[in-house]
Amino acid sequence: MRFLKKVGISLAAMLASLSAYADYTWNFPEPVTPMALDTLHVHNKFMVIIAIIFFVVLAIMIYSIFAHRKSKGFKAVADKAPSTAVEVFWVLVPFAILLLIDFVIMGIPAYHSVLVMEDTRDQATMVVKVTGSQWKWQYEYMDGDAQGIKFTSVLTTTEDQRYNRAPKDEHYLLEVDNPLVLPVGQKVRILMTADDVLHNWWVPQFGSARVAVPGFIRETWVQVDKAGTYRGQCKELCGKGHGYMPIVVNAIPMDEYKTWVAAKKEEQKKASEVKEMSKEDLIAQGKTVYEKNCAVCHQLTGAGLPPAFPALAGSKIATGPIFGADGKYLPDSHLDRVLNGKNVMPAWKATLNDTEIAAVITYERNSFGNTAAADPVVQPTQVKAARQ
Amino acid sequence: MSTTTVAHHDDHHDHHPTGLMRWLTTTNHKDIGTMYLTFSLIMFLVGGAMILGIRAELFKPGLQLMKPELFNQLIGVHALIMIFAALMPAATGFANWMIPLQIGAPDMALPRLNNWGFWLLPPAAILLTLPFTLALFGIGDGALATGWTFYPPLSIQGGIGVDFAIFSVHILGISSILGSINIIVTIFNMRAPGMTMMKLPLFAWGWLITAFLLVATIPVLAGAVTMLLTDRHFGTHFFDAAGGGDPILFQHLFWFFGHPEVYILLLPVWGFIPQILQTFARKPVYGYKAQVYSFWAVGALSVVVWAHHFFTAGMPVPALLYFMYSTMAISLPLAVMFFCWIKTMWKGSMSFETPMLFTVGWIILFGIGGLTGLVLADVAADAQYHNSYFVVAHFHYTLFAGGIMGMMAGVYYWLPKMTGHMYNEKLGKLHFWLTAISFNLTFIPQFFVGLAGMPRRIPDYALQFAEFNMISSTGAFILGLSQLLFVYNIISCIKGGEKATDKVWEGAQGLEWTLPSPPPYHSFTEQPVVK
Amino acid sequence: MATTHSDHHYFVPEGVSYPVTLSAGLLSLAAGFVFSVATDKNKELGYLAAPGKWMMYLGAAIILFMVFKWMGSVITESVTGKYKKWEDRSFRWGMMVFIASEVAFFAAFFGALFYMRELSVPQLASFDPSFTPYKDFMGSWPSAGPGGNILGQTYTPGPLTPMGAWGLPAINTLLLLTSGATITWAHWGLIKNNRKQLNLGLFLTIALGTAFLICQAFEYHHAYTEMGLTLKSGAYGATFFMLTGFHGFHVTLGTIMLIVIWLRSLKGHFTPENHFGFEGVAWYWHFVDVVWLGLFIFVYWLV
Ligand code: HEA
Ligand code: HEA
Ligand code: HEC
Ligand code: CUA
Ligand SMILES: [Cu+2]
Repeated sequence: MRFLKKVGISLAAMLASLSAYADYTWNFPEPVTPMALDTLHVHNKFMVIIAIIFFVVLAIMIYSIFAHRKSKGFKAVADKAPSTAVEVFWVLVPFAILLLIDFVIMGIPAYHSVLVMEDTRDQATMVVKVTGSQWKWQYEYMDGDAQGIKFTSVLTTTEDQRYNRAPKDEHYLLEVDNPLVLPVGQKVRILMTADDVLHNWWVPQFGSARVAVPGFIRETWVQVDKAGTYRGQCKELCGKGHGYMPIVVNAIPMDEYKTWVAAKKEEQKKASEVKEMSKEDLIAQGKTVYEKNCAVCHQLTGAGLPPAFPALAGSKIATGPIFGADGKYLPDSHLDRVLNGKNVMPAWKATLNDTEIAAVITYERNSFGNTAAADPVVQPTQVKAARQ
Repeated sequence: MSTTTVAHHDDHHDHHPTGLMRWLTTTNHKDIGTMYLTFSLIMFLVGGAMILGIRAELFKPGLQLMKPELFNQLIGVHALIMIFAALMPAATGFANWMIPLQIGAPDMALPRLNNWGFWLLPPAAILLTLPFTLALFGIGDGALATGWTFYPPLSIQGGIGVDFAIFSVHILGISSILGSINIIVTIFNMRAPGMTMMKLPLFAWGWLITAFLLVATIPVLAGAVTMLLTDRHFGTHFFDAAGGGDPILFQHLFWFFGHPEVYILLLPVWGFIPQILQTFARKPVYGYKAQVYSFWAVGALSVVVWAHHFFTAGMPVPALLYFMYSTMAISLPLAVMFFCWIKTMWKGSMSFETPMLFTVGWIILFGIGGLTGLVLADVAADAQYHNSYFVVAHFHYTLFAGGIMGMMAGVYYWLPKMTGHMYNEKLGKLHFWLTAISFNLTFIPQFFVGLAGMPRRIPDYALQFAEFNMISSTGAFILGLSQLLFVYNIISCIKGGEKATDKVWEGAQGLEWTLPSPPPYHSFTEQPVVK
Repeated sequence: MATTHSDHHYFVPEGVSYPVTLSAGLLSLAAGFVFSVATDKNKELGYLAAPGKWMMYLGAAIILFMVFKWMGSVITESVTGKYKKWEDRSFRWGMMVFIASEVAFFAAFFGALFYMRELSVPQLASFDPSFTPYKDFMGSWPSAGPGGNILGQTYTPGPLTPMGAWGLPAINTLLLLTSGATITWAHWGLIKNNRKQLNLGLFLTIALGTAFLICQAFEYHHAYTEMGLTLKSGAYGATFFMLTGFHGFHVTLGTIMLIVIWLRSLKGHFTPENHFGFEGVAWYWHFVDVVWLGLFIFVYWLV
């Protein structure tokens, strides 16, 4: 019975790893929110119970396999026509055992966990809105001091690392440019939504996961009790970049958080100031914006991935005129497409600020071999005007 | 056994067309069963080859073999092929072969429809895989890349692969409905005199409930993908908040089908496993009635628990609780069934030929699948499990171990009856041990990476998951190669080998073993009378 | 318990090529359809539209022809007495299970209607007011949705007037209910071997079915041209047209089947003892009738 041994050993290993759940790669990672702790308890308890059921049943079976075999000369003992009542009784024993486990031993703690999990509002001290979009997360602080802070968070692992052309670093695929920053010990109500398709915001150490549904608002909450950096991933298939939209959360003490909020506000104020810029500055800034936001689809080289994602190199839109005689932007012009999107092309007006949009357009019109005859440069002021 | 009635082909006795035309046009239940089984085996290899590509990509971190686009296409098509083109046709194939033999019927009740039921499968498989080929010629961007679950809005955004898959599902659906109609009618109308419902072999019972479930749920899936089609091309707003619809509506419709589907896949197996057990334990099944009632209970419960597949999608608390408790309730009839299986073995006079080995392995591995399913039903912890590799491991224990390995037990059990030759017992045993060991090697690590936080459906992963994935991929390749033994064994058994006796197995019970091996083209020219 | 089968062979037909050909037709129809709509999602694929259309026509032609042949041979077998009680019972069971599957198909669409009406539309109107993107959306039924942007396309719901229940729909209800009565009357005629009553009853049923279809065509025309109610009118438009549309499609099929059995009965087919063909169609017709009642109540009346 080599095979049975094998299964036994594997399962023993599983069980051992459960009881010694300090080794977190075998089990849930270390919980840092009340919810995750609760979930871990429920999970561990359940695992022990099923392991016991499994081994008890397995033991009976193995005994029978060894004892009641023909090669040992064992003669079959017919179940002597059990009176129906007895038969029913025996059949109901496993039934009753599982009834007890399902609805009492597991059912009651699970009931409480669900109530805790779904109580998103009580004693929540702040609200953060998380928007999933292909393939990045947008965070917006909805109330309190931080109200108005808004940024997107994208993967920073380079393409070279992903295609094995460069060594991978420690947080390969789990690193972003702008992590979400939360104060320690505060209950944060999280509103979830999405721009395009379903996403799922999941940080294993928080024990909460919720699907982001476009057009709907879903809620969950986290209360991080330990300062640190926590990493997770989108876990709802959302297209080709699904594996590349990690979540990083920095939990920091309240006073540090306050400083961060102040600094972030200052930074955002600066960024949203709209001023004339030189072509070179625009192109330089545009390059970063492009690589962060647009290159996933249109590629670094601007060659796109036709037919799904059009090339920008030589594109009519990216070289044609933007503004009409009246100074307003033309429908289906470069600015229109970037502001408002079309089909799969996202609308950027809510995610990028005036300067960024002006920069990325200017960059596209002067790169990939493009030389736009009309309107080679778009100024942030023009974008601002276009938004009205 | 006395005989009363005579029932066979009309007036043209044994001259049926030969060669290709025989297979294209046949109305004979055994021919059709053989075609189903062959188709299933081929598609199993195709679906397996696809996932070997995935496992190769996941062997180590980084992208080596394919772009994420192709990765996403392969997982969804792997799943659809394995479920709809490998597992379901295998069950239908056995039904065609064995139900008429087991209940003493002259043939299936609606033979021409039966032929159509099979011949719908190849077009469906073509539709599913055609987009891969088209993409090679620059037409469209490949097969559906949404996973097998078709969730909108991703599936609304997708390319022609989604449309092809929608029609493939429609056609597969028609095929399943026709198969179900046929089986229901055969069981109700074609039983031998004296074969009352409570004497029906468990395999027929399992299939009867399966057929009911198919009739009740496949049309809902057809409706759901039809709505998807109109959302994609005709401007309806079923799955779009702007129009008052909801992407989650699709999940409700899909899983209203999808959850019963998992029992559709397994009920036939639960039907013949006790028959194999009784054969090799040389002792009648224990708790026949209890098992029949359990089938009914599972069938009834299966249609009211669907939302456990999207606990994290956001539901009101009462709904969460309801779906949690009702899901857990399914473990009750299953506990009864496990008990009956083990009691059937208990104090039997057991021998362990290949079918029995597969059956015992099946009980253990499916036990793991079922028990982890029970864990998944817990709403709170499901936030962690959901869409992680833990779920992937769970459903391969149920689908591969519970489904495919069960079917393999059936193949070894009935192959001598169907071909008239014994298969190679040594190879069969080797196949079992290799399969069981490499299967665990493949999927046990997936439980661990899942718990540690690796999401499913990702083409590349963080470094902390590297070791387990490497083990898993290694296991998958051994698993894949072992299946070649299976194929070889079947082919050589068809070609020749030791002659099988009528009864084949010493402890075999049931009408199918009263016929010669292989059974004549028209099985029961005289309907047996069951006492 | 069916312990005694009639003492004859169960009829297993010879091998036929209809099913394979039919499947090939379906493949052509489905693939052709996909090609012909491929442009919707991918501009580059416009060149597939024309060949796609032809594949569809070809597929549809094959399917029609094969169904015709197949049914033809079933009828021949029936009138030449190949089918006895035993086979007849198979057909009956088969038809019943088939109708059950049709019920499940409609249930999916009724389910979608229920879900949108009771769950998703109200939910869209009930988000936390300080964060909701739909400030003025009331969430009452009938609804064309709050409007918004989805996958890069903007949808703005127009004003929505629901289809009233007491105009054409009420007339249609009457038509279908009457047709249920006439087909039963025809059945009585058949059982009493009163061929006149049978033929007349069938004819009336066909006439009523056709009248229903004409009324529905008028209704759709009115909805599209005057009320601005289309398939694209959000939740209400989608459920309204999909439910009534699939129903109308089933009425059309039913009417065609009625015409076939009417022609057969004019030719003298069916006997008082043996008329599964008739009964199968009659059951189907009653099923279509019952679905309509559901539609009338949940789609037209209770809005
Ligand atoms: C045939 C297939 C099959 C079967 C039988 C099951 C059986 C069960 N499944 Fe599973 N499941 C799937 C196939 C299957 N599942 C698939 C394919 C998915 C993922 C789909 C996707 O997302 O792509 C899934 C996902 C899935 C989820 C969703 C997870 C998530 O995405 O978040 C859940 C949640 O409740 C669940 C629960 C269950 C339960 C409670 C059972 C119960 O029926 C189990 C009952 C059985 C028992 C309780 C065992 C009793 C055993 C004993 C008493 C003793 C045994 C011991 C020995 C033999 C030694 N399953
Ligand atoms: C019956 C169903 C079934 C079966 C049998 C299998 C069988 C296997 N599955 Fe699959 N699987 C699913 C149903 C099934 N799967 C489903 C429903 C999903 C979810 C998809 C989704 O997310 O949407 C999934 C997803 C899935 C994933 C997750 C992908 C992801 O989320 O990223 C993985 C990863 O390891 C996997 C692995 C395997 C392996 C290694 C096998 C092995 O057991 C396969 C063994 C067989 C072979 C390897 C064939 C052997 C043949 C050869 C070697 C010869 C080849 C030669 C020729 C073709 C001539 N499967
Ligand atoms: C999710 C993928 C995606 C991202 C990210 C994306 N685009 Fe696009 N883009 C598209 C698609 C798809 C189209 C084609 C839209 C159509 O016409 O249907 C497109 C079209 C365009 C066009 C018009 C090109 C033409 O010739 O039709 C421009 C210009 C453009 N995008 C600029 C940008 C900029 C600037 C960014 C980043 C700030 C960006 N895109 C990010 C997918 C994307
Ligand atoms: Cu976003 Cu997956
Ligand atoms: Cu399920």
